[in-house]
Amino acid sequence: MRDAALPLVLAGAAVLGGCAKGVLDPQGPIASAERLLLINSTAIMLVVVIPVIVTTLVFAWWYRSSNTRANRDPDESYEGRLEFVIWSIPALTVILLGGVIWIGSHQLDPRAPIPRNTDPLRVDVVALDWKWLFIYPEQGIAAVNQLVIPAGTPVEFRLTSATVMNSFFVPQLGSQIYTMGGMTTHLNLLAEKPGEYPGFSANFSGDGFSEMRFVVKSVSAADFNRWLEQARASGSALDDAGYAELAKPSRAVPPTTFRSVEPKLFERIIDQTLAGPQRVGGATCCPPLRQAGG
Amino acid sequence: MLGRLSWAAIPFNEPLPLLSGAVVGIVILAVLVAVTVKGWWPYLWREWLTSVDHKRIGVMYVTLGLVMLLRGFSDAIMMRTQQAIAIGSAQGYLPPEHYNQVFSAHGTIMIFFVAMPLVIGLMNFVVPLQLGVRDVAFPVLNSVSLWLTATGALLINLSLVIGNFARTGWMGYPPLSELAFSPDVGVDYYLWSLQISGIGTLLTGINFVTTILKLRAPGMTYFRMPVFCWTALAANLLIIAAFPILTATFVMLLLDRHLGMHFFTNDAGGNQMMYVNLFWAWGHPEVYILILPAFGIFSEVVATFSGKALFSYRSMVWATLAICILSFMVWLHHFFTMGAGANVNAFFGIMSAIIAVPTGVKVFNWLFTMFRGRIVFRTPMLFAVGFIVTFVIGGLTGVLLAVPPVDFVVHNSAFLVAHFHNVIIGGVIFGVLAGINYWFPKAFGFTLDERFGHASFWCWLIGFYLAFMPLYALGLMGMTRRLQHIPEPSWRPLLLVAEAGAIVIFCGILCQVAQLYVSIRTREQRRDRTGDPWNGRTLEWSTSSPPPAYNFAILPTIETIDAFWHMKRAGLPPTAPAYEAIEMPRNSPAGFITAFFATVMGFSLIWQIWWLAILGFLAAAIVVLIAGWGIEREHEISAAEIAQRERAQ
Repeated sequence: MRDAALPLVLAGAAVLGGCAKGVLDPQGPIASAERLLLINSTAIMLVVVIPVIVTTLVFAWWYRSSNTRANRDPDESYEGRLEFVIWSIPALTVILLGGVIWIGSHQLDPRAPIPRNTDPLRVDVVALDWKWLFIYPEQGIAAVNQLVIPAGTPVEFRLTSATVMNSFFVPQLGSQIYTMGGMTTHLNLLAEKPGEYPGFSANFSGDGFSEMRFVVKSVSAADFNRWLEQARASGSALDDAGYAELAKPSRAVPPTTFRSVEPKLFERIIDQTLAGPQRVGGATCCPPLRQAGG
Repeated sequence: MLGRLSWAAIPFNEPLPLLSGAVVGIVILAVLVAVTVKGWWPYLWREWLTSVDHKRIGVMYVTLGLVMLLRGFSDAIMMRTQQAIAIGSAQGYLPPEHYNQVFSAHGTIMIFFVAMPLVIGLMNFVVPLQLGVRDVAFPVLNSVSLWLTATGALLINLSLVIGNFARTGWMGYPPLSELAFSPDVGVDYYLWSLQISGIGTLLTGINFVTTILKLRAPGMTYFRMPVFCWTALAANLLIIAAFPILTATFVMLLLDRHLGMHFFTNDAGGNQMMYVNLFWAWGHPEVYILILPAFGIFSEVVATFSGKALFSYRSMVWATLAICILSFMVWLHHFFTMGAGANVNAFFGIMSAIIAVPTGVKVFNWLFTMFRGRIVFRTPMLFAVGFIVTFVIGGLTGVLLAVPPVDFVVHNSAFLVAHFHNVIIGGVIFGVLAGINYWFPKAFGFTLDERFGHASFWCWLIGFYLAFMPLYALGLMGMTRRLQHIPEPSWRPLLLVAEAGAIVIFCGILCQVAQLYVSIRTREQRRDRTGDPWNGRTLEWSTSSPPPAYNFAILPTIETIDAFWHMKRAGLPPTAPAYEAIEMPRNSPAGFITAFFATVMGFSLIWQIWWLAILGFLAAAIVVLIAGWGIEREHEISAAEIAQRERAQ
């Protein structure tokens, strides 16, 4: 029984620990819905799993060879009705879960816009070695390793990678999604209240991976506008040369902002028309990279 | 002349890999010297290295797996220690360049050179005995498979000292594994060792499917085969269907790396998503290649130690076949977060959940086999009960991961790491350890010590829960996998618990070493003279322990499932049967020599020593051809010799 109790104790610890910025401490509708789905699916399965664990331990204990009180029937091996029940229990559970999966997948499709009265904020995300670039195309500014968003406003992300595959993930806001070179993925998130939420890459991407973290600052609309003005008034411009410099591999990059962004930078990164990141000085042992034609 | 190889390849400036390499080197050297001094080479060469006996090959596979388990486990301890100390401002003792190799090697070794050899080794030893036949369909090919697997293991370990291993994770996703991002030999070590051992695995698959389909004792219809043979059949069908996908995928990645092609690159029309799809089109069936034989072992163990026939043999078989087919329809659940549409994600989510149905049926079948049985808690049965309890927890978290929106928040996290260790340790490793304890007396003629067996079980079980339950919690707290440095100091207590768990598992491994030592020392007291120490149900228990090279003096005639059980009930067959001469395959050095040249070829390909690679390939091919054209491949054991040996029993 000790073995059955341990996970429960640890699950309890997880719930307590969840208060510390994890999946169990959601700060937006997507993350809340996903936590609910996590709890519901677990509950549905526990209805079967707990009795199975208990029965296993009880059978193993009661039918031990030294127990003289146990009824034994070594020849009994098969019964059709029992067989029917055996297939039905997991089948019914899975039918129920299948419904949950189908509905959940559609309701929480990362592409699906979040219905709110306010217009969504658009943010273009680029994974670089090893930092995150956030471009605000409508505001004409950009930031590295910090994502400032107004609370209560849906955020529409377009994401890509200027390097290897990464995964953009803010656990307290919900769904993660891969970022891949030459491709765009889409994600919609919303932070309900002002606050700071950690984000990071959730797909291993090389030596600087552990430090590829950023912070999401959810602020009031007024603070957001103030931040925009500050960003426009300070920092450098993200032009082609600035981007080429930024794209070079670097680790644990402190948050910075850019007062302006070259138009269509995001699209051009996807088309790989900019000088791609050359991560390695591997000239001694590998042929020079060929760049994409056009 | 030597391609990329130079003195710079030896990491003189990095003490850690050099030291571990040196230790391994000294151990190997000590073993070689001991063997030479004792004059064991002729015996080893004659009886083991050139053996084509499926039992010996099985034992060598299991030995390879256990040795590599030590290597893979030391990687695990290094990772747990790094994560337990590199928190906040501390950076730990492993820099990223090294830590990333450690977790890549851990995954690669544990899957390909621990789990696979252990499972294949047990299949090798058990399947022909359970089918009531004298060997596999292609005995020499079997030896080639073994030694090619050993080649892969050797190459991976060479990367410790010469050059370095991949720093891409065991899945080697491009573009990270492409030349642009991984220019050194690490990924080449990964690719070539898996390509060469993968050929061995594919040949095993062909060998065992042929054996099970074409060679069975007279009267053994499909529905009289022991469940372990069914699961072995399913696993080997999966090998035949899945491993060529992996080989082809790796060929494309190699073409990218060596010839500048663009299958999976970022540029020139390459598509990394294709690699991920292909990798998991192999990768998910691979999970079932490992777990299905483990299910088979538990089916044998639970029935034997409950003293009852397996509850509903037929539904067990159908559940196995259902899993076999379904395993090819769920690969996308490894990357729900790639941005596929809701319909696609939902389809693969539901298909994945459906696998829980036949798996659940199996759990209930084991449960009802125990019901009203007379359960004897020898070590294998302890592992079986520990497995059922642990595996249903792993199944639960597995189905959670199959719900796409839930996966969106726990994908690639410590939760995922906890899940697959839950099913691989709690399922595959527990199964293999149960199998080793169960069949050891058959292989060596004496039983293993029970006290150390029980101790190892409790260490493995408690160690597993301590090591991986914290990871479930950490995953939910937002800890992603493969972190060389932990950003959140509040995770420290749980990481320390996980480290403690790994140490408890290490105690379990030590108990197993002690168990082996004590058992060998006291082997005379623990001799199994009946050939049937557990009151078994299947044919392997009907022959002596260890079985003669020819397994059965007279092939048994099968009329039911659990054939040996019914033979015992009906009274053993009359004495003084008429023996006939038996033709057995001759030993062949082909496997060992082929693998030697394959090792030369693999090493040369990794370091781009092209002339030596070509020579190695040609030599290996010539050896295979000569072996294939050999004429005198059998030798005869006369009837008198058999009669004499059988009387001696």
